[in-house]
Amino acid sequence: MSPRRRLLDRAFAAAAWLCAALTVGCVVSVFAFVGREALPALVARPGAPPPRALVAPGLGGAFTWQPVGRRPKFNVVPLAVGSAKVAALALALAAPVGVAAACALAFLVSRRARRWVKPVVELLAGVPSVVLGYLALTVLAAWVQALTGCRYRLNALVAAAGVALAITPWIVTLADEALRAVPRETLEGAYALGASRAQVVLGVALPAARPAILAALLLAFGRAVGETMIVLMASGNAPVLRPLDPTASARTLTATIAAELGEVADGSHHRAVLFLLGAVLFVGTLALNLAAERVVACASRRES
Amino acid sequence: MNARALDRAFHAAAWGALGLVLAATALVVGPLAARGAPHLTWRFLAGRPSADLADGGVLPAIVGTAVCTLLMTVAVLPLGVGTAVFLSEYAPSRSRAARVVRASLRNLAAVPSVVFGLFGLGFFVLGVGRGLDRLLYPALGPVFGRPCVLWSAATLAALTLPVVAVTAEESLRAIPRAQREAAAALGATRAEVVLRVALPQARGGILTGAILAVGRGAGEVAPILFTGVASFAPDPPTDVRDMFMHLAHHVHVLATQAHDLDAARPALEASALALFLVTLGLNVAALVARDRTRGGRP
Repeated sequence: MSPRRRLLDRAFAAAAWLCAALTVGCVVSVFAFVGREALPALVARPGAPPPRALVAPGLGGAFTWQPVGRRPKFNVVPLAVGSAKVAALALALAAPVGVAAACALAFLVSRRARRWVKPVVELLAGVPSVVLGYLALTVLAAWVQALTGCRYRLNALVAAAGVALAITPWIVTLADEALRAVPRETLEGAYALGASRAQVVLGVALPAARPAILAALLLAFGRAVGETMIVLMASGNAPVLRPLDPTASARTLTATIAAELGEVADGSHHRAVLFLLGAVLFVGTLALNLAAERVVACASRRES
Repeated sequence: MNARALDRAFHAAAWGALGLVLAATALVVGPLAARGAPHLTWRFLAGRPSADLADGGVLPAIVGTAVCTLLMTVAVLPLGVGTAVFLSEYAPSRSRAARVVRASLRNLAAVPSVVFGLFGLGFFVLGVGRGLDRLLYPALGPVFGRPCVLWSAATLAALTLPVVAVTAEESLRAIPRAQREAAAALGATRAEVVLRVALPQARGGILTGAILAVGRGAGEVAPILFTGVASFAPDPPTDVRDMFMHLAHHVHVLATQAHDLDAARPALEASALALFLVTLGLNVAALVARDRTRGGRP
């Protein structure tokens, strides 16, 4: 073998290893970098509020996010509650519709119809979130206001409806895959025992696919928590702490970062807190994804 | 509840839900097309915006989006395909290296896009950029150490790396082992097997991954918000150190920060429709490419 071919072989192998190393380095540096910039918010510094002010109630028991002012307050509770509220509402809207639509897609739709229905659903998944945010801001806000007569036109419910539009295609696709993965023999056995279509789907297929569907819902919740543009445009962005009122305005962790990062000074406490919010988001969605994987792994281990 | 009533209820609920999802797609497409189509003229696509963004066109935004996604593709394709080659050709399937790389790709895919924006600002703009300035332009003000299209492209490349790597690996794994073994039996080195046998056949999957990446790059706003995009930059970027306009960001700016919303509404609706058509075209192209490589499996 000529030395040139050998050199090419070694160089190519080195390049492949380098690419893999860069990929690992990429995620490690995202984590390390965001974490490093977030650290100043976690240690007590002179002139800045103490770290426990991030979560502990302030004067009069209020949780306030007010980064601009004479005495800036950086309590993240309203933001975290806002994120959870919008994501939970979105999941409440999207999960039943998504799973039911997946049942239809997997069991009721003919093979020919499936060839155009599935791409249409996947196309909805490809719509940019700015466009969905714009639609939420104009069309959905008008509908919600007409339906509920709420006081504030842009609120958590409108943002949740927009986010639900974004995550429903994911839920449909993943749940459809989960349902179709149920072994054919199991379903045919149920049919052979005289079960109707509904009984087979509700009593056999759904329980069998439950871990995978649960994992899909966890992933969708993670995506809903990480959604930025729709909530930035449609949620009203007022950090109001009203966990039980869907028609109150809400501000999420993501919208806070996107809205305020352009205005912070280098080295300021505000900047460190924003990076801390980013770190919390990163760790939170990572945890949700790990939980989803664990659910699927546990279930398959139990089966075998 | 007797079986027949349950059956009827189930059918109604399932079909209703599917109809709702399809109606949601119509809900997205309908208002976009109806409102935006009258304003989507050639003058709009080929003109420059007026200073208050309410009038004029979006040519700088279209060119800026194209430049940014082109730079992103140049960065992400080699890295993603290289990682895919590593996973499918060089690393044994259960080895620790393969597990670590796969876990990294999964974690990278899970990061919210706004966190990528944070990372891009902190690492690329302020970290690498300032470092380059200290090396190359020690006496001047910030040249690389400020937002520009180069750092936006780099941030988007980090965002879309998982998509490219996963689709490329999938298509590499689909190639039968026998072909690689035959090439090796004929005396090919491993690099030659990959370059001459595996990669040419994986072209379809790599193309699909690239199109999906470009689709995301054209639609994401949060990663570029602080790393390079400008609300008004009437001259398209000619240098990697320039700031640029971006179609998706333009939609965001017009919807939330326009001085005169009523005057800006035609531009907003046309921009939203243009962005939707671009991403729709890219997603359809990706679907077609994926169908072709998978042999039409729905």
